[in-house]
Amino acid sequence: MANGAMDDASLNTATTSIIGAAVPRIDGPFKATGTAQYTADFHFPNLVHAVPVQSTIANGTIRKLDTAKAESMPGVLLVLHKDNIGKLYRVIPNDFSATSSEARPPFEDTRIFYWGQYVAVVIAETLEQATAAAKAVQVEYDSAPASLKPSLADYAGKRKSVSKRGDVNKAYEEAPVKVDQLYVTPVETHNPIEMHASVAVWDGDNVTLYETTQGVWNAKLAMAQILGIPSENVQIITKYLGSGFGGKLFPWPHSAMAAVAAKRLNRPVKLSVNRRMMFSNVGHRPRCEQQMKIGATKDGKLVALRQDYLNHTSFIDDIDEGCGECTPYLYSVPNLEVTSALVQRNTGTPSPMRGPGAVPGLFAMESAMDEMAIALNIDPVELRLRNEPEKDESTGQKFSSRHLKECLETGREKFGWSKRNPAIGSMRGTGSQAGKILGWGMAAASWGAFRFGANASVELCPNGRVCVRSATQDIGTGTYTIFAQVLHDKIGVPLDRIDVFLGDTAHPEGAMSGGSWATASCIPSLVMACDNAKRTLLRLAVETEGSPHHNHDAAKLELTSGFVHPSDQPYHQGIPFEEIIRIARVSGVTGQGRTVSTFEDPKAKDFSLHSYSAVFVEVEWEPDIARLRVSRVVSVIDGGKIINRKAAANQIMGAVVMGVGMGLLEETRYDQRNGQPINGSMADYLVATCPDSPTIDVTFLDYPDLVMNEYGARGVGEIGLAGVAPAITAAVYHATGIRVRELPVRIEDLLKSNIREA
Amino acid sequence: MNQFNYLHPASTDQAVSSASSDGSKFIAGGTTLVDLMKLYVENPSTLVDVNDLPLAQVESLPNGGLRVGAMVRNSDLAFHPTVKEKYAVLSEALLSGASPQLRNMATTGGNLLQRTRCPYFRDVTAGPCNKRNPGTGCSAIDGFNRTMAILGTSDHCIATHPSDMDVAMTALEALIFIEGPKGKRSVPINDFYKLPGDTPHIENVLEPGELITHVEIPPAISTKQHYLKLRDRASYEFALASAAVVARVEGGHIHSVRIAMGGVGTRPWRAHEAEAVLTGKPATPAHFQAAAEAALRGAKPHTENAFKVELAKRCVIRALKVATA
Ligand SMILES: Cc1cc2nc3c(=O)[nH]c(=O)nc-3n(C[C@H](O)[C@H](O)[C@H](O)COP(=O)(O)OP(=O)(O)OC[C@H]3O[C@@H](n4cnc5c(N)ncnc54)[C@H](O)[C@@H]3O)c2cc1C
Ligand code: SF4
Repeated sequence: MANGAMDDASLNTATTSIIGAAVPRIDGPFKATGTAQYTADFHFPNLVHAVPVQSTIANGTIRKLDTAKAESMPGVLLVLHKDNIGKLYRVIPNDFSATSSEARPPFEDTRIFYWGQYVAVVIAETLEQATAAAKAVQVEYDSAPASLKPSLADYAGKRKSVSKRGDVNKAYEEAPVKVDQLYVTPVETHNPIEMHASVAVWDGDNVTLYETTQGVWNAKLAMAQILGIPSENVQIITKYLGSGFGGKLFPWPHSAMAAVAAKRLNRPVKLSVNRRMMFSNVGHRPRCEQQMKIGATKDGKLVALRQDYLNHTSFIDDIDEGCGECTPYLYSVPNLEVTSALVQRNTGTPSPMRGPGAVPGLFAMESAMDEMAIALNIDPVELRLRNEPEKDESTGQKFSSRHLKECLETGREKFGWSKRNPAIGSMRGTGSQAGKILGWGMAAASWGAFRFGANASVELCPNGRVCVRSATQDIGTGTYTIFAQVLHDKIGVPLDRIDVFLGDTAHPEGAMSGGSWATASCIPSLVMACDNAKRTLLRLAVETEGSPHHNHDAAKLELTSGFVHPSDQPYHQGIPFEEIIRIARVSGVTGQGRTVSTFEDPKAKDFSLHSYSAVFVEVEWEPDIARLRVSRVVSVIDGGKIINRKAAANQIMGAVVMGVGMGLLEETRYDQRNGQPINGSMADYLVATCPDSPTIDVTFLDYPDLVMNEYGARGVGEIGLAGVAPAITAAVYHATGIRVRELPVRIEDLLKSNIREA
Repeated sequence: MNQFNYLHPASTDQAVSSASSDGSKFIAGGTTLVDLMKLYVENPSTLVDVNDLPLAQVESLPNGGLRVGAMVRNSDLAFHPTVKEKYAVLSEALLSGASPQLRNMATTGGNLLQRTRCPYFRDVTAGPCNKRNPGTGCSAIDGFNRTMAILGTSDHCIATHPSDMDVAMTALEALIFIEGPKGKRSVPINDFYKLPGDTPHIENVLEPGELITHVEIPPAISTKQHYLKLRDRASYEFALASAAVVARVEGGHIHSVRIAMGGVGTRPWRAHEAEAVLTGKPATPAHFQAAAEAALRGAKPHTENAFKVELAKRCVIRALKVATA
């Protein structure tokens, strides 16, 4: 694999079953030809456009809102604001059956909590008219001092103990070797290529909301609560998503604005959140400040681990980033404590972003481990291997399937780690890297494995096609294809005879696309639905007069490649399933399936369920001009059984590129006077571009985790990002001698290196 | 975007007369102008489209120089055989800028007049900005100023001139040809841009209605040339510091040299002091270092961009090293 390109041939040889094969996305042609309809692509007769008006202060109240000029402008139909939006409700807090992103519904009162907060919305015949009129809404504020300081260091309040065992303070004091450092990750903004949008269409008392959501079912329940209408009156449709990275898990206030406007005007309304609003109104990864204390014996056995983290949140919601996600179980250490606290700032509400908690948490944890390895003069891979736990020491549970050691050993081998000279700035590139210093660093990582409740309905149709329906959605990762693969595996009809219907709450409740759990959650429901449909079909085959299998024993029949046949005969001697359907005079055969969540599954309760990875990074560094590039990454993933190698490798590669952004580029900056995200555009907020992307080598260990589902799949959406940033900063240290503990690594940091020539 | 009239003249004369009314603007590739119109920063009442004017030729001149029409696209100029052969610094500069799609649209005239990327300038909801709204103040001085200029700034504006092409053109001592209501004239690029002073909204010597018709690049003093651009990421970002060098080296000594810097000045920055330090001296690291020190001697950093002083020096040194090698 060179430069991120996957070698299809090598992927295909991995397995003969479709489970694990590198199946191209079945929706690929629709996306490539532009026929896939993303939310903002939906258009209806009479549709009108909504453009929000945003606050220009970070804290205070609205004194006066004058819409007269805007209302008189061409094409303007309605201006909604706090005096005329009508009654909207909050979603019941901390009730996980339905969740919203920001507790406040739009225009709840006159208070302003952050720059960019919606204060009104203008609806007009065209987008241009609405945009112009939104500019003409006059808002006067009573501004109050805002809390905007990036640093959270002044926090002196209480801390919550998240995980605790042994006597960490004593053990740390007594430890012969110590690391005590503060690690900081900045605010990062989710920047999925598809921006948020909402298209609202009413039919009487029923509303259909075309949403950009990672959870159509949650959106249905949450929007029903917000609008104060029965949930059966709300339909949510998300056919395709241009990703979300967690920012689209739960509804944001713009959806309610579109819904109310559409109801009021009795016309379809489209509201597209633009890129600039993406930086203020739809979440971000909060800033995290983590004090890490690690104590170890001289031979590298951890004896104490303490993580005290802070993250900022808004004045509206308490969002704990959860930086202690992996700390309690990643390594064996008898004395440990993790504490957390929140610090309020005048920003919008943070929201989960790819690997929430684990990703910033592991930046701190793995950076501290690298510093500990240096303090001990032990190879950093070796240090991790020496601290491999037998069981989850935070819960006492067994690990369902943990192969972190093999990740580390495989990665070490593939990367060529044995050639590493640990002396700073000691390694030189050759060939195209001639004249550059190389830095090599590594990190371990982990992410939880979860299975949530989900339902699916499979239908064997009279035309020989097989349909599956579930109200989950494809966030862009390949869920449509994975559904088709499971159906093909279970029923045998070719992929081009399988129709997958997702992203619509008309279907049975499915899983949310988040936390890397969609695949693991969907599989049991799919398998069960297939089995149930099959059972009914075989029963019809033996019960229906005229069927060639009439009066046979159903237990001795099988469904293979779409044919019903006796188990002891080749499938093509049977008859196509659609024949049975015809003879039985039924409209089709359906089967329902349901997944029980890992939290309710007694079998899963005994296990600590996680994915693991090891990331090895090479940076190339030109000291005279302080130019640094991540040149090579080896990522070894223990993510359970891989269902689709192509889609999975795509996740890991994308995550590595995102990790380069996190390590070297990304930071949302708020102007300290008015709280405006000042780099809120794709030209100013830097993410990695193609030339910034390294050569990426992805390896899946592919051990099935059978506690999760019958294939043993866990999920790989997030694990690929965790570990990249600390491996980069370790490599940067190795190349330059500069330890960066506050991301991103900047040219400013690199200029401080004492090494001036390669 | 506001309502505007749209004119599509067929001749240069027509274009000039159409554009002399208040609030008129020429539009070429539109990559700067349309962007700023969508942001409500530019609000022209009339757009005069110059795409059909016969200004898209690159021609060699009898004196060995090159005449580049204002409508020559950045991509075409970068890949023009003469440019690649005799003005490599220009080709390198052009190709380091923006993205292929943008370079396919962007024109020579438009590039000369592209506007700063200062985030406060580009956002009408942001705080005050003297360039956008003369007399209101400068938000960058006490705000986000990491990417701002360290040379040629004033108490009224510290915005960086963003162009790469113009830096190479400065090192090549290009002449800008202008046609306006009062006739034709030409201005050396080094006299074309104005320092912000207390009128940062006035960025160059163009009078209302004046059209850039073409640029003439004199024969280069040497083909030993290099453009180096340093930035946070490898592409699609404006320079934090850049340097264009054209050097004539004879017997290991620098006979003559032209140095211009980008990403650090309020205009493309010709480094005469550095050139003086080097002229007649051996092409050695010590002299490059002395030249870089001289180039940045007047630098005035702000709260977040002190690193640019060091970065720009290193940029000049490496560019000199590569060009003279
Ligand atoms: C995202 C992005 C990234 C970029 N990155 C870079 C970069 O890294 N480096 C870089 O150098 N540039 C960069 N650019 C800027 C780009 O080079 C300029 O936008 C482009 O060169 C402008 O040319 P244009 O023909 O599109 O100008 P237009 O937008 O058409 O015009 C710009 C201005 O020039 C005036 N004008 C145009 N032609 C004439 C003429 N003949 N006579 C008089 N006035 C005229 C217009 O009235 C207008 O005021 C970037 C731009 C964008 C949008
Ligand atoms: S630096 Fe110039 S452009 Fe930027 S805010 Fe100040 S005055 Fe405006």
